[in-house]
Amino acid sequence: MSANRTSRIGLRVLALGYLAALLLVPVGLIFYRTFEPGLGAVWDSVTTPAAISAFWLTIEIAAIAVPLNTVFGIVTALVLARGQFRGKWLLDAVIDLPFAVSPVVVGLSILLVYGAGGWISLPFQVVFSVPGMVLATVFVSLPFVAREVAPVLREVGDEQEQAASTLGANRWQTFWRITLPSIRWGVAYGVVLTTARAIGEFGAVSVVSGRIAGQTTTLTLLVEQRFQNFDVAGAYAASALLALIALATLLAMTLLKPRKEEDA
Amino acid sequence: MITVRGVRKTYGDFVALDDVAVDVPAGSLTALLGPSGSGKSTLLRIIAGLESPDAGTVEIEGEDATQLPAQRRGIGFVFQHYAAFKHMTVRDNVAFGLSIRKRPRKEIDARVGELLHVVGLEGYQRRYPAQLSGGQRQRMALARALAVEPRVLLLDEPFGALDANVRAELRAWLRRLHEQVHVTTVLVTHDQEEAMEVADRIVVMNDGRIEQTGPPREVYDAPANAFVMGFLGPVARVGDGLVRPHDLLVSAEPARGAREAQVVRVVHLGFEVRLELELAEGGHVLVQLTRHETEALEPEPGDIVWVRPPLRSVLPEAAPAA
Repeated sequence: MSANRTSRIGLRVLALGYLAALLLVPVGLIFYRTFEPGLGAVWDSVTTPAAISAFWLTIEIAAIAVPLNTVFGIVTALVLARGQFRGKWLLDAVIDLPFAVSPVVVGLSILLVYGAGGWISLPFQVVFSVPGMVLATVFVSLPFVAREVAPVLREVGDEQEQAASTLGANRWQTFWRITLPSIRWGVAYGVVLTTARAIGEFGAVSVVSGRIAGQTTTLTLLVEQRFQNFDVAGAYAASALLALIALATLLAMTLLKPRKEEDA
Repeated sequence: MITVRGVRKTYGDFVALDDVAVDVPAGSLTALLGPSGSGKSTLLRIIAGLESPDAGTVEIEGEDATQLPAQRRGIGFVFQHYAAFKHMTVRDNVAFGLSIRKRPRKEIDARVGELLHVVGLEGYQRRYPAQLSGGQRQRMALARALAVEPRVLLLDEPFGALDANVRAELRAWLRRLHEQVHVTTVLVTHDQEEAMEVADRIVVMNDGRIEQTGPPREVYDAPANAFVMGFLGPVARVGDGLVRPHDLLVSAEPARGAREAQVVRVVHLGFEVRLELELAEGGHVLVQLTRHETEALEPEPGDIVWVRPPLRSVLPEAAPAA
């Protein structure tokens, strides 16, 4: 009994210690360092024109990339979980490509394809501009929703959908009234992960952005820029802003938690 | 009235249905009875439009429904595992088909109330399926299927996932419901007792084919072949014929056509007495007698008795089996 208890407590200490060392301490330290110079200094640092522009660019990119990847992710998950066709394994493998390929390589490939003398030329500027940064963000955050939703779809099964069709619902009605409500937690979790990745992306965006101050600098790029320019306090302030956005996303998801009676 | 003609369905090399033809009379409660893999569920799902046949036609109420999607066949379908809409209340589950049809809210509320009364779930409107027992969920699923006033009601092993006592209760309940509602109903089951108790017609299936169709007593008393006989109840083999163990006649004295046997075991089961006999010519036979029949005989292990089948109820073993 007591050996059991000891090992249980030991495991908890190990898990919490690991979490603390890798996550809580560094994040806590950032907030501590941020507010060390005083609130006024922090406020000044995050309200410079460069910081405000970086904040809104980060939000703008996420606001385009997240809905795109949510729709794509749900469709892909439906195809993976419900479809029966040849080459499904290939799609299954390709979905994970953004996880496997380094973001820097993704950025370079976008430069090669859409850049000056690239394979594809569009009437508007792609690289060193917002469209390229959106493209890079969409690519690196592509798999999250599909990977969260597909297992939920498999677990829920398709009997409820069949029941809906026998009751007269067409595919569209079945999707909105049966399928989507039953996968909503998978979708919500996928959206949170996608948002976090979109906001935090550095490598791919860094390559295609060109880092034009006030135009193509996101918050993550701003953190690095300030750090390189020995503005350590400014870098901390921008980091804290990033962390706050992430916390707000998590909070939004927690507030949407399922009502108890629906747990089944 | 459902008419199925020449339906064939294969999954790869496996032939699930092989040239099947069935008529389900209007207003009847027909059971598709067979072992697992016999094709009974596939046939039901083809009638529903949840699967499409490789060949053949399905007519519902005289209309060719073969190409119609499930949503336009006017059917009600009940699944073995309920297929309850987990994120909806009981009220919204039952109302689903009507709200798809955009009926006025007043009409929907009235219909839902009426159906919940029929299935005995009044007062459960605002519960979620997770708060119901298995039997209650299945009754909710039945109310949901009946809400749209289907032309035919299709039940796929509806009591298969329930406890034995709940199952027995729901069977009797379904029979009463059918007498009230009178909608043409097809029930899939692998339980011959369930089919005998609930259905007024039984379609016995095996290996993707139909072995026999008829009222319960007919398929039990006059089975078309050894498979049907064996699937509908216990079978004893005497000589080269098959017979129901309760049809065998046992006497202490030799009689015309009787065979000599020795009693091996006697089991008293209340009103029924089971004798295990060893035939003098070789082989074992199980006999079911009533307590009344054994009173004169008083069989004990080791006794010599004479056993004979009544001529009428013997199925020659040569009859084509499957």
